Amino acid sequence: MLRFVLRRLAWAVPTLFLVTFLVYVALRIGTNPVESYKRINPRATPAKIQQYIEVNGLDPNYVRGYFRWLANFVTLDWPRSIKGSREVWPQLKDALANTLRLGAAASTVGIFFGLMLGIYAALRPGGRRDVGVNTAAFVGISIPPYVSAILLQLVFAVYWSRWFGATLFPTSGVYPPGHTGFNLFLMMKHMVLPVTVVAIQIIAVYARYMRSSLLDVLSSEYMRTARSKGISERRVLFKHGLRNALIPVVTIAALDVGSIVGGLIITENIFSYPGMGKYFLSSFGEGDFPLLMPWMVIIVASVLLFNLLADVSYAWLDPRIRLE
Amino acid sequence: MAVVDTVLPTVSPRRMAFNRFVSHKAAVVSVFILATLVLFVALSPFTARYGVNEAVQAPPNYFLSPRANAWLGTDDIGRDLYSRLIYGVRVSLIIGLFSAMISVAIGCLVGSVAGFRGGRFDDVVMRVTDLFLAFPFLVTLLVMRNMLGAITWLTPVIGELSSVRFIIVLFAIFGWMGVARIVRGQVLALKEREFIEAARAVGASRWYIVRRHLLPNSIGPIMVALTFSVVSAIIGESTLAFFGYGPQAGAGATSLGILVGQAKGAVNTGFWWLALFPCLTLVTIALTINFIGDALRDATDPRMQKDA
Repeated sequence: MLRFVLRRLAWAVPTLFLVTFLVYVALRIGTNPVESYKRINPRATPAKIQQYIEVNGLDPNYVRGYFRWLANFVTLDWPRSIKGSREVWPQLKDALANTLRLGAAASTVGIFFGLMLGIYAALRPGGRRDVGVNTAAFVGISIPPYVSAILLQLVFAVYWSRWFGATLFPTSGVYPPGHTGFNLFLMMKHMVLPVTVVAIQIIAVYARYMRSSLLDVLSSEYMRTARSKGISERRVLFKHGLRNALIPVVTIAALDVGSIVGGLIITENIFSYPGMGKYFLSSFGEGDFPLLMPWMVIIVASVLLFNLLADVSYAWLDPRIRLE
Repeated sequence: MAVVDTVLPTVSPRRMAFNRFVSHKAAVVSVFILATLVLFVALSPFTARYGVNEAVQAPPNYFLSPRANAWLGTDDIGRDLYSRLIYGVRVSLIIGLFSAMISVAIGCLVGSVAGFRGGRFDDVVMRVTDLFLAFPFLVTLLVMRNMLGAITWLTPVIGELSSVRFIIVLFAIFGWMGVARIVRGQVLALKEREFIEAARAVGASRWYIVRRHLLPNSIGPIMVALTFSVVSAIIGESTLAFFGYGPQAGAGATSLGILVGQAKGAVNTGFWWLALFPCLTLVTIALTINFIGDALRDATDPRMQKDA
């Protein structure tokens, strides 16, 4: 087991470097960081520009530039952002914390209800509730997050206040403008709509996974064996059915983190939620290379990490998988 | 008659697939809805009531709620939303269809070669696609978009950054990976079967086996992949346009994404028709094509039948 994990780790590290190199090249070609710097600082002296090129590793030679950037990145000597010349880490840290909060809330709600609905549907395959859950899940995956976000905003923010006099849920930010300090209730109130939008997607996806996985398990031989031994139906379902059905679902959950992040990016922007998604789109729009690269590294690293977790959890949960 | 039918099962596989498709009620309804929509779009000279840039009446004509001379209301400069939706869906369907066809063509080629040859090529291709597909779609799309747009010598081939052609190429570049994975899986499952072995035994070349046996036998999954590629391209276009990175199809021309993007600004002012109708259209298209794809999968894969 340990060898297996180590071997996967040994793969992940070079992949991390390769992917960040590709991202580095793509961003340099796509956003042209030197031009963005000159655009935002039109009166920069050649010496300033040279210094900017130096600290960001924007050598004309991509390979040399990448290693220059990498050296600065690893030693935590991060260059300041182009716009406003601010430190990158404090902004990134806040964005990450906000996104983790939103993502964790949405994933918890989404995975819980998704699994429940999937089980609920799979227990009576072909029945009315199965068809209902299946159709609803289909509608859920066909609705892009911005569509559900817009419709929710329309109903809960705009029309609710027209009908009932006060807005039910705020539609932007974490706190009302001008608020300082921590207030759990206000924060949760602001998160209701974004969490709903992201959770809709997660619920739909997981309900489908869980349903088909459980159906596979329920029709397997060992379920019949368990029943024939006289174990109670409840025990058969929980001890033999669900445990086996969850194995593929856990793996898919780890692989799916990219699409959850994708949903978060879209949702955050619509609700002006100050997280990683808003950070990305605003710095991407500005072509702010010093802001973008650390963001990319975090995303690349977490995608690779969850891929690794998927492999490991699969091998760990299912003893039938041979680790070669 | 029924007795004769059960005694002599003369139903062809194609007929069986058709019967299974028809038994999926949501898909049949979807086919009708989608056909109506396509008909409306194809006959846009007759079905659209105004030109793409034409105001419904003399000012004041902006933000009119739905009424007799503008069934679905008007936008910020007095254009008819109903007519613009027809033009917009036209552009989006073109993007969806063309990019899906290109990506299915590339995906079939790469997937069948990877699955059939195996070895290093297979490893590399599948690793790269897995990695690409693991990243947030929007991020990869935006980064690739800017990169391709900045490479000037590509512009004559793939068009300007904001052209429809560019968007089609962009989605084709992404779309093939999912298709390749599906085709590869199918080829891997098929290539150990007896009829492939038989073909090999009589001396058929690899290319012949792929062309005559593997791809025709994978037609079901390929069709399914095609429908899902169409949906993801249409939704992808809308996503890009929603954040202002979509196609600008020239003087006032529109796409579904542009119309959905306008909805963002219309929400807080309460112009509900500008938000509701484009969103409903997008969801309707996505949902109907998804249902059709789902039914196609059930229809062409008899093993799926039990939990349909």
